[in-house]
This record gives sequence, structure tokens and C-alpha cells, in this order.
Amino acid sequence: MLYLNIIVAGLLTGAVYGLMALGLSVIFGVVRIVNFAHGEMMVLAMYGACLANAGLGLDPLLAVPLVTLTLFLLGYALQRGLINRYIARPDHEQFLLLLAVATMITASLLMGFGPDARNVQLGYAYDSYQIGAMLLDKVRLLAAAGAVLGAAALSGFFRFTRTGKSIRACADNQFGAQVVGLDVKRLYAVTFGLGAACVGAAGCLMLLLVDVQPYIATDYTLLAFIIVILGGLGSMPGALFGGILVGVSEALSGFLVEPSFKSAFSFGLLILVLLVRPQGLLGRA
Amino acid sequence: MRASRALGLSPRAAAALGLFLAVMLLLPFLVNAYIVSVLVVVLFAAYFGQSWNIMTGFAGQLSLGHALYVGLGAYTSAALFVHFGLTPWLGMIAGMAVAALAGSAIAALSFRFRVGGVYFALLTIAFAEFTRILFDHFGWVGATEGLFLPVANLAHDDPVRLRGSPVMFYYLLLVLSLAALVLSHSLLDRRVGYYWQAIREDEEAARALGIDVFRYKIAAMALSAAMTALGGTLLAFYDNNLYPDTVFAMGRSIEIIIAPIIGGLGTLFGPIVGAFLLTGLGETMTNLSTYFEISGLKQWFYGAALLAIVALQPSGLWPWLSRALGLWERRR
Repeated sequence: MLYLNIIVAGLLTGAVYGLMALGLSVIFGVVRIVNFAHGEMMVLAMYGACLANAGLGLDPLLAVPLVTLTLFLLGYALQRGLINRYIARPDHEQFLLLLAVATMITASLLMGFGPDARNVQLGYAYDSYQIGAMLLDKVRLLAAAGAVLGAAALSGFFRFTRTGKSIRACADNQFGAQVVGLDVKRLYAVTFGLGAACVGAAGCLMLLLVDVQPYIATDYTLLAFIIVILGGLGSMPGALFGGILVGVSEALSGFLVEPSFKSAFSFGLLILVLLVRPQGLLGRA
Repeated sequence: MRASRALGLSPRAAAALGLFLAVMLLLPFLVNAYIVSVLVVVLFAAYFGQSWNIMTGFAGQLSLGHALYVGLGAYTSAALFVHFGLTPWLGMIAGMAVAALAGSAIAALSFRFRVGGVYFALLTIAFAEFTRILFDHFGWVGATEGLFLPVANLAHDDPVRLRGSPVMFYYLLLVLSLAALVLSHSLLDRRVGYYWQAIREDEEAARALGIDVFRYKIAAMALSAAMTALGGTLLAFYDNNLYPDTVFAMGRSIEIIIAPIIGGLGTLFGPIVGAFLLTGLGETMTNLSTYFEISGLKQWFYGAALLAIVALQPSGLWPWLSRALGLWERRR
């Protein structure tokens, strides 16, 4: 039963990981840019939720709309003002550009908040539900529910709205999209904004579960890479699936082997999948 | 064009290179210990950048995990020295062999399964991080507690055991960097260099021309890894302490590749120019932020400088600089 509890806890955390990675996957799938500043944006969102909590007294869950909107606007502006100019550039130039952005985000957070870890105090932090012998943490359940809702909302946007359909058209055939008169540059900006919005929501939800400090950003970037490659870069269900897989693998290896070894298992999984099925578990060949 | 290509350098460029070398040879006599220590950092960055440049600049395979080879070189030679008293000159050969083997294995696995581009880059990160965590739990080399070399007696240099002053390391690194420059130059002039560049520009076309793409990509990785490991040995004996979380750090992999990109990817002098610029920039920022006592200021300006360079000179400073100074270097 202990195993079941651990697996379920990993699964719920994994859903939040999945939402974060979904942002990376969407950005890569459409804009074809690997967002090396992904973890930094995540940490930025977590600090945003901290700030909303300290300044406005908002619960991180209620801060989701505000932080998500802010991150969307930031992402939109970043793509419109900067990244759009590097679309057709070689990989290493794009890498350097996003590395510069990442460095500046972390440095700004360091200047604004200092290097110490922060968190939010929640009245329900230690509440849990019991179903049979299974214990469910309330925060974890809420975070996972939020993540699934967020992913569903994004999926609905891509399926049913005009802009969403246009973005999918761009992803399938950029040239064709241009020919039929779509404003590709604007759609790229919207896409990057949406990717950032995923991270915004995921950041608020993550703050329910862990502390935040500026230097954890790189870990989140790597985590997002692992997840999207496991699931399949560019695949939306893949990102969620990969997130849950990594969440469970972390929880189990942390418990069975040693907590410091948990990311070794994630990297091991990544290496295995890249070699055996490089398009990812749910990706199209 | 053909004559200048055979020469490689115009008379003016040869003179500039000679002047640069003379200055570098004399510098330790002219500056204080602090500047020498900064110059050692510059030369490390230049040499690691030159090593990485062969893989990514010449053969076009983006590796983001070169800290792996630094670490393998450093740990192999240091562990052999600490446990068996083996001279680092033999230890570094062992380290180079280990790194070349690891590099070839990673490259062979990736390219056999047709992992390329961004996926290959992420795979190199994964292997480096995986190895870092393994070394965190590798008791024989100290795990997270670190591996320490007996402290050097600075009164006299002992080049046989690589125990000595920063000035000794300065000259060793200068020789190493110069050797890497000569090697890179001669490789570019040979068949293998042309094959690498063909693969970089268009892998399918290179294959169609009958180039054994798989073999040449692995050769580039093995050579690049071995050269990086050699630098790793010097780093271990210069620093005297090794921790997996600093030696194998992702941050180190990134540091290694920034200098050659900023200097000019695939060029001969780009890594050296980039190393001078970045280390100088980093030191200035450190001093400034200590003065202003704001943590994060250094990183902020560093990021801003990277942004400025990628916005203004995306193909690197050296191509622009060599034109501005009237030096001519064959493009890539």
C-alpha cells in the first residue's frame, strides 16, 4: 500500500511537470525553437505567485489567472521582439540567444529576491484525504487537477478556436500557412505566449508543492527536456504522459534507491528512449 | 586563392600572430599574480573551446555536454595519481583514452540510431548529467566529498608531477593551446577536415559523395573528447580538488561552448578571441558587483553582453575582427 501511495503522489506531481513540459513542447512543435529559458520562466512564475501571495494575499491557486496572463504577455513580447528574428538561424545562435535570456531572468530574480528559498504558507498544506488505505495530499490533488484543467484548456483552444487552428496549420506547413495569408510571425508570438502561459500556471501549482529559489531554474529546464523527449517532442499528450512517467520514476527511485539518485533515473530513461525510440513514446515517427 | 590557402596566413596575419605570441610569452614577467591567474582561466577557456570547436565548429555536431570529458580526464589522472602515484603525464593519456572511448560510444550509439541535431545535443547533456550523478556516488574517487590532490610546494615547480605555480600552468596551457591551433589548422587542410565541413554543411550530400559520414563524425567526437580530457587533467592538477558537481556541471559545458560561439564558431582563432573577451568580461563584472555589493548584477550584465553579441555579431567576433584589422583568415 505504501507503494501505491508513493506512485500516486508521483503521478500527481508528474501532472504538474507535464503541464510545464507541455509549454516547451508546444513552442518547439510550432516555432521549432528549443526554449533553453524554460526553467527560468517557470521559476519566474513561481516568484510571481509568491509575490501575489505576499502582496495581495492571494492563494497560489487564485493567482493562476494573473500569473498565467502575465507570462503569456511576456512570452508574446519575447517572441515578437526578439526570437522571431532568429527563426531561420543556426541552432547554436538560437541557443546563445535563449541562454542570454535565461541568464538575465535568473540574475534579475537574484537581484530582486536574493538567493534564499521562499515558499507560501497555506492553511491546508497538511490536509489529506483517505480513500481506503490510500492517503492523498490535498495540495498535490489540487495541483494535479489544475494541471489537467490547464492542459485540457490548451487542447480545446487548439482544437476549436480559429487562432488555434491557424497555429496548427503553421506547425504542419509554415510555407502553406503563409501562402493562404496567415500572419505567421504573430502566430509564433501567440504560440510562445501560450507556451509561457503553461509555465505560468504550472509555476503557481508547483509552488503548492515545493519551495522556490533562483538557482533551481536549470533543473526545471532539464526536467522539461527529459519529459518532452520521453513523450515525443511536439506531442501534447506525450508531454503529459512523459511528465507523469518522470513524476512516478522520481518518487519510486527516491524511495527505493536514494533521493539524490532520482534524476539519474530520469536521465537514464531519457537516454534509453532517445536510443530506442527517438521520436518519443507517443511521438509520430 | 589557392596560393593563400596553402599558406593559410597572410604576411600581415603571420606578423600579428607572432606579436601576439611574443606578448603572451612575456606577460607573466610583466603582470602580478592575480592577472596571471586570470590568464590561466583565459587559456583554459581557449583550449577547451578549441577542443569543442572540432566537434561542433568543424563537423557540425552540437555537443552540450563536454563537461563529461573534462571530468573523465580530470578524475582518471587524479585518481591514478592519488591512489597509485602515477605521473599525470601517463595519467592524462589514460584519461584521454577513457574520454575518447566514452565520446565514441556516445557518438556511435546516437548516430547509429540516427539521433541528430537538437536531439543529439540533449543526449550529450543527458550523458554528462548521468555521469555526474554516478560520480556523486562513486566512493573510490571521493563521491560528493571530493577528491583532493596533495597541495603543491610553490617554492619550486615540479613539471614531472605537475605540481607547481600558476606560471608553470600558464606556459603549459599556452603550449597546449598553440598545439591545438596548429592541429586544427592542419586538420582543416587535410581530407578529414574537408569531409567534416562537407558533413557540417549538408550531411545527405556528403553521404551521396561517398563520405563515410558515420565514421568521420565519430572520429571528430573521439578527437574532441580526448583533447578536452587532456585539458581536464591540467585542470585537476591546477585546482587540486575535484567535486562531481563542479567538474561535471552543466554550467561548465555551457561555459566551454560560449567562448567559441562568441569568438566565431568553426574559425581557428574564434575560441581564443572568445576566451579573452568572456573571461575579461566575467572578471570585470565580478569586480564591479563586489564593489556595488549586489548579488546577481554580474550575471545580469553577462547575460546582457551575450544578448548584445548575438544581436550584433551572430556569426562571432573573429570574422569581423580579422576583417577590421586587415588580417585574412580563410573562412572556416
